[in-house]
Amino acid sequence: MALEDLCHFRDIFQEDITTERFSINLLHFYIPEVEYLDESPIQFAFPLPTNLPFTSSQTVPLPFPMAHGTTTLAFMFQGGVLAAADTRSSCSGLVACPASQKILPIHSHLVGTTSGTSADCMLWKRILARELRLYQLRHSRRLSTRGAAKLLSHMLHPFKGTELCVAATLCGWDGGELEDECHDHEESAGTTKTQKPDLGMTVGPSQGSSFTPQDSSRKARLSGPRLFYVCSDGTRLEGMLFSVGSGSPYAYSILDQGVRWGLTVEEATSVAREAVYRATHRDAYSGNFVDVFHITSKGWTRRKREDLKEEYYREKERQRLERKTQHDILRANTSIYSQCLAMPS
Amino acid sequence: IFTLQTFGDPGKMKDYHYTGPVEHRFSPYAFNGGTVLAVAGDDFAIVASDTRLSEGYSIHSRDSPKCYKLTDTTVIGCSGFHGDCLTLTKIIDARLKMYKHSNNKTMTSGAIAAMLSTILYGRRFFPYYVYNIIGGLDEEGKGAVYSFDPVGSYQRDTYKAGGSASAMLQPLLDNQIGFKNMEGVQHVPLTKEKAVQLVKDVFISAAERDVYTGDALRICVITKKGIDEQTLPLRKD
Repeated sequence: MALEDLCHFRDIFQEDITTERFSINLLHFYIPEVEYLDESPIQFAFPLPTNLPFTSSQTVPLPFPMAHGTTTLAFMFQGGVLAAADTRSSCSGLVACPASQKILPIHSHLVGTTSGTSADCMLWKRILARELRLYQLRHSRRLSTRGAAKLLSHMLHPFKGTELCVAATLCGWDGGELEDECHDHEESAGTTKTQKPDLGMTVGPSQGSSFTPQDSSRKARLSGPRLFYVCSDGTRLEGMLFSVGSGSPYAYSILDQGVRWGLTVEEATSVAREAVYRATHRDAYSGNFVDVFHITSKGWTRRKREDLKEEYYREKERQRLERKTQHDILRANTSIYSQCLAMPS
Repeated sequence: IFTLQTFGDPGKMKDYHYTGPVEHRFSPYAFNGGTVLAVAGDDFAIVASDTRLSEGYSIHSRDSPKCYKLTDTTVIGCSGFHGDCLTLTKIIDARLKMYKHSNNKTMTSGAIAAMLSTILYGRRFFPYYVYNIIGGLDEEGKGAVYSFDPVGSYQRDTYKAGGSASAMLQPLLDNQIGFKNMEGVQHVPLTKEKAVQLVKDVFISAAERDVYTGDALRICVITKKGIDEQTLPLRKD
């Protein structure tokens, strides 16, 4: 048929599927075949043997449940990006880990919150960190947050339709690239990174006279805080506020009320904390502690992990005191009233 | 059409009342029971497991310990499907040898944990049905415990129980070692003798209430002097 020839439909079946992936002919439709289920997401020393039974027909039903359920949130404000998450990792009714880490730093200026299956999120973040580091070494500049979101989304695309479940928000600060050549970023320490003042939001270039005014304004537009949501079903969104997970409806209500651009860092931290606290109170699959990360032009900083049980008891104490004062006022009012009644008119 | 009973409950016996025509597929997995426990102290680590190998209502072996020595400072405990446990430990041993030959040093506990995570995730769509816990000493000589899920998610803990009786043991460890949700108690650091006694008591309790745990207890105590193994009898019924 003419349409078949135009689309090179037959070629897709005759050519090897692995070379097909790199074809630059735009009319070749890329069909992810189930052979991807045989391929390992990461290839290390051992290539995966292709003669495993039961892998190509359909996925084997697993005899164990995977870890799911969480509350994570991230929003942008004038002081950078704030990311917060709970720490409960549940596995169909059992709390597999009460102190897991759901916000994973990827590099000094990029942090990702994770939601979905914890193994998938952890490993894909590792893969993303590796790819970003390779990009940085090859191009001597950091990949922007938008680029990182696109890279993650395209890496997850072949696994669409499988049971892989990753819903991540990437929170980063772009800009300040030229200083990176001088610095060796240690990503393991959780302390503030000290850097030379970066280009960031400033307009004037601080080095070299080779910059044109267009370059510097473009830099100012492209740098700054960024927030992206990437999901394994293919969604990739840019925004100012995201909350992901089973507790996200509860977190959204607090955030929609409290988040404004002009918040100070302390106010933003308390809004984020409050949102996670309320979500953990109402959602069974969220709980235990709350982690808060703050990303600025200098990198990410991590607030000390806080036990929400203390907050719950403080709240109960406040309610008890409120009830007590209300009760006292009521008693005072009724005693005045009864005195008025008792007085001769 | 799969009934939930066939796959929803691993290791527990299927109900024997009639539910209608049911399609039974061959499952490549089996559940062989067993419990593993690991505790980390300031300068020691303990990995303990029971030695019962069961399948359904039968016991295949009373002497099949689930702790495997990897290096002089690291022991791994694997419970779940015995076939996958054996293959996984063979793969880990091979990778350790490869690392030793190309880097001329033994792998540290943290490195083994990271490697195991990638090995497990390499089989994301046909996983190893194994619950792993690695116990050992880190580079500074402090005790380290790394707990895994079957697809490779891991993190470092102070204590962890895995396997069939894990849901019974973990709360007890939270109370005795983690002092969780206890008001007004002094957090004394755990000594090696107290930790070994606690592990013995905990397994005796597990054998009481979990049918897949029992027969004998194998304890491996890892210190900088080496790995010391003890065996203790448990309930055989």
